[in-house]
Amino acid sequence: MMHFLLLFSRQGKLRLQKWFTPIPEREKKKIVRDMTTMVLGRKPRSCNFLHWKDLKIVYKKYASLYFCCGLDAEENELLALEVLHRYVELLDKYFGNVCELDIIFNFEKAYFILDEFLLGGEVQETSKQVVSRSIEASDMLQETMEEYMSKPAF
Amino acid sequence: MPAVSKGDGMRGLAVFISDIRNCKSKEAEIKRINKELANIRSKFKGDKALDGYSKKKYVCKLLFIFLLGHDIDFGHMEAVNLLSSNKYTEKQIGYLFISVLVNSNSDLISLINNAIKNDLSSRNPTFMNLALHCIANVGSREMAEAFAAEVPRILVAGDTMDSVKQSAALCLLRLNRTSPDLVLMGEWTARVVHLLNDQHLGVVTAATSLITTLAQKSPEDFKTSVSLAVARLSRIVSSGSTDLQDYTYYFVAAPWLSVKLLRLLQCYPPPEDGAIRGRLTECLETILNKAQEPPKSKKVQHSNAKNAVLFEAISLIIHHDSEPTLLVRACNQLGQFLQHRETNLRYLALESMCTLASSEFSHEAVKTHIETVINALKSERDVSVRQRAVDLLYAMCDRSNAKQIVAEMLSYLETADYSIREEIVLKVAILAEKYAVDYTWYVDTILNLIRFAGDYVSDEVWYRVIQIVINRDEVQGYAAKTVFEALQAPACHENLVKVGGYILGEFGNLIAGDSRSSPLIQFDLLHSKFHLCSVPTRALLLSAYIKFINLFPEVKGTIQEVLRSDSQLRNADVELQQRAVEYLRLSCIASTDILATVLEEMPPFPERESSILAKLKRKKGPGNLHPDLDENRKERSANGGTADHSSTTSNAKVAASPTPSTDLLGLGSTITTQNSAPPASKGTSLLVDVFSENIAAFPVETPVAVGPVADENFSRFVCKNNGVLYENQLLQIGLKSEFRQNLGRMYVFFGNKTSTQFMNFAASVVCQDTLQAQLNVHAKPADPTVDGGAQLQQILNIECMSDFVDAPVLNIQFRYGGTLQNIAVKLPITLNKFFQPTEMTSQDFFQRWKQLGAPQQEVQKIFKAKHSMDTEVTKAKIMGFGAALLDGVDPNPSNFVGAGVIHTKTTQVGCLLRLEPNTQAQMYRLTLRTSRDTVSQRLCDLLSEQF
Repeated sequence: MMHFLLLFSRQGKLRLQKWFTPIPEREKKKIVRDMTTMVLGRKPRSCNFLHWKDLKIVYKKYASLYFCCGLDAEENELLALEVLHRYVELLDKYFGNVCELDIIFNFEKAYFILDEFLLGGEVQETSKQVVSRSIEASDMLQETMEEYMSKPAF
Repeated sequence: MPAVSKGDGMRGLAVFISDIRNCKSKEAEIKRINKELANIRSKFKGDKALDGYSKKKYVCKLLFIFLLGHDIDFGHMEAVNLLSSNKYTEKQIGYLFISVLVNSNSDLISLINNAIKNDLSSRNPTFMNLALHCIANVGSREMAEAFAAEVPRILVAGDTMDSVKQSAALCLLRLNRTSPDLVLMGEWTARVVHLLNDQHLGVVTAATSLITTLAQKSPEDFKTSVSLAVARLSRIVSSGSTDLQDYTYYFVAAPWLSVKLLRLLQCYPPPEDGAIRGRLTECLETILNKAQEPPKSKKVQHSNAKNAVLFEAISLIIHHDSEPTLLVRACNQLGQFLQHRETNLRYLALESMCTLASSEFSHEAVKTHIETVINALKSERDVSVRQRAVDLLYAMCDRSNAKQIVAEMLSYLETADYSIREEIVLKVAILAEKYAVDYTWYVDTILNLIRFAGDYVSDEVWYRVIQIVINRDEVQGYAAKTVFEALQAPACHENLVKVGGYILGEFGNLIAGDSRSSPLIQFDLLHSKFHLCSVPTRALLLSAYIKFINLFPEVKGTIQEVLRSDSQLRNADVELQQRAVEYLRLSCIASTDILATVLEEMPPFPERESSILAKLKRKKGPGNLHPDLDENRKERSANGGTADHSSTTSNAKVAASPTPSTDLLGLGSTITTQNSAPPASKGTSLLVDVFSENIAAFPVETPVAVGPVADENFSRFVCKNNGVLYENQLLQIGLKSEFRQNLGRMYVFFGNKTSTQFMNFAASVVCQDTLQAQLNVHAKPADPTVDGGAQLQQILNIECMSDFVDAPVLNIQFRYGGTLQNIAVKLPITLNKFFQPTEMTSQDFFQRWKQLGAPQQEVQKIFKAKHSMDTEVTKAKIMGFGAALLDGVDPNPSNFVGAGVIHTKTTQVGCLLRLEPNTQAQMYRLTLRTSRDTVSQRLCDLLSEQF
């Protein structure tokens, strides 16, 4: 099972955090700190796996963003790398050539896409088509742009 | 499409986010956020009712602020309102806010549950999914209570949409993890297993995760999943690379599902049914074969996915540990990966080989890779890879390659990363001891350990070298010579001073013939280190000095001079002062004969293999580090053992004064001081008493029953009060007991298993030695006969006067068919029985934890799990032990924290405990903090035996 998934920038700025087990806020902050220092301190071309406490840490860098997850000891590291990759692909398909800014400005979308892909720390749906279709379907439910544009900004 | 929906037009949010991004400083950011918070608060509080859009926008802003790391203390109600909106995006934002920000004990939980209930029954799959995601994301107990029955129904209902089934399966999995007691097995169980046959691979993927988790907990109920999983796996493995359409990932057929199925199969032994077993073997062979085929794509995703399946298949092969051909093939495959250009694969190959090394079928095959692994240790650039290499070397070590491996690890230690030094030190120490044929090699190895990494050498390691030197005559002279030489170094580690002090104190005479290491030179050498050492080491050195007085009368004057100096006699540390005073008096008063008896060489430590080491031998995984951790206990029993060897020391113990020869190691020195030692001034006079004429008056023999005392079942009663204590062919003894504060009552049931009457039946309870004063056990008289097949009950009333270690013995005597039977059983009355649980808040706990921070108040033990590490069982044991189990105190949810008060007649002792499981290494760390050191130690000893 995956315990958490973090996205952070080269400067250590957290862009997305997903926790699959109940963890107190203070502990979360500590984990984020540990992960960013540990992962950002790695030399390039090191292996993508680490041990941290009882967890296996798997991380990968995509452009300016680090994707980092903590797994149970019996989990498969290589497949976890591909979980990260599949998530990147899903974001990419949705945003079209995704970049860090997309995730900053549309953070809620990044969470929604993640919920379709991973649930309770397990892979829910691995098909890119099925996930994208369900995201599209929910977008269809949205009110039209005009309705929104008529509202004041604040 | 995406371009249209991007940002869904929440312009205000976008503006706010760019404002934050434009802030030049942290202060500016906080200022901007506070302005926004004020604005939102006024909107929420305002008279004008907000429309759904505005609510959504503000809730989203709050969420953003929270995710930036700021506290949010309002807006929850507005988010809950959004849940009942019929506009999808509003509902969606509401749910997102709830799953990120609402903790389980929120007052809003019933409102939230209500909204979820509505969505679950809406029959709108999109809304149902949102609701299920929310349950799975929050997973609180309240939600489990509300939905644990509903979710399985949705999962197995015939008309549920596939995507909802997937969410329901994982939602149920989450509830089962957080509140297993609320997820009841039932009629749905069998139907869940059949989801493995579902047409939709997404449903199968989600269901396999659920079934695996459930099968780990109750394998019997899900046994039928094995054949279904094998069938499914076989279909995937033999399918072409495009058959599964979008479930093929970079030319690999359904890698996620394959890995999950292989994991599910690891919950079970190899299938018994020959056909299924054959089919599975075929699958595994196909997977191994595919590894040799040329890649279908150059992309790393292809090779990762393919190898992920391969590694999982190898895990299953290792788990089954029954097919030598497959094991050897797996090993060869990993051997190829050891030299692969991908660091990731080298890392994983090292990791997997560790488990492979423990199989008898593949141990030899793993050993052939030793040079590659050593090379990895030297040349890998990445510390995490080097760490795996250390683990593997440890796992593959045996008598044939121990010297090479230990030498390589030692030389690596000099440059090793700090983070892994301690672990390497332990591993080297274990291997050196385990495979030592020549003990001079062992001594050299440990001294090198101290030299290269003294700070990382834990107490257990240097205790152990001393025990071994004491027990082996042939190495004593060598050890004395070697430590003497090592101590010559201008800067040597304190641990070396400890070992040196102890060994020279015992065996310095063996090298004293050489003028270069004459007694005086030895003493000067040791004493030159004295002032640089910490108090415990100095205490140990003082003991070494008094031993010198016995070994070398010629340096008596010099040493007395040292002891007499103000810096010793008036030392601020009471332990040092006491030792100086007593040793000085002892050296002045006692005759040479008495000195020789009191300070004679330590008797051998009883050689018995620790249970942990035995376990390590059975399965030597990478995590098995501490076979010798119960040395401490061994040490103690060895100390107790000295009483049998020398009556003088035994008497000294009875007279309640710290005995030099029993606590030379400095272990438990504080215990003797606090527990029984009189003030220093009185101590000398007592010592004099001990050595006066009436020594003989002390009875050495204690009135113990004939034969050994049975204690096989003793430890089972530490965490429970009822059960069968003893059984042989004639007699069964059952117990039922209850305890309140410092009082207890125990009902002992003697069952006559024969058809013949027991005559002259008598049972009595004996508290030996010090226990007499600590524990009162009053046995009510019972009938002198027990009829065949009948049961006799005896009641014991128990009163705990002060804390204690030993257990009373129940002596039973009766006549059966003309022969007199004598049975002695250790009665499981242990200190923890007088526990009263104490509930406290996290804050109180940590405050007390801190207050109990003195070194002697804390006792810690790291030990190997003897049973499977099941959370619920652990909880039950801690509660059975008597402490209150405190939830939510430890920041790490997998740790256990407990608190309680031990009641004795004289005092009450507050106790805090913390148990940290490490499931990966199959180890626990247990920490006890109480206001009394003896209580900490005893509780730690008792509880650590239970896991």
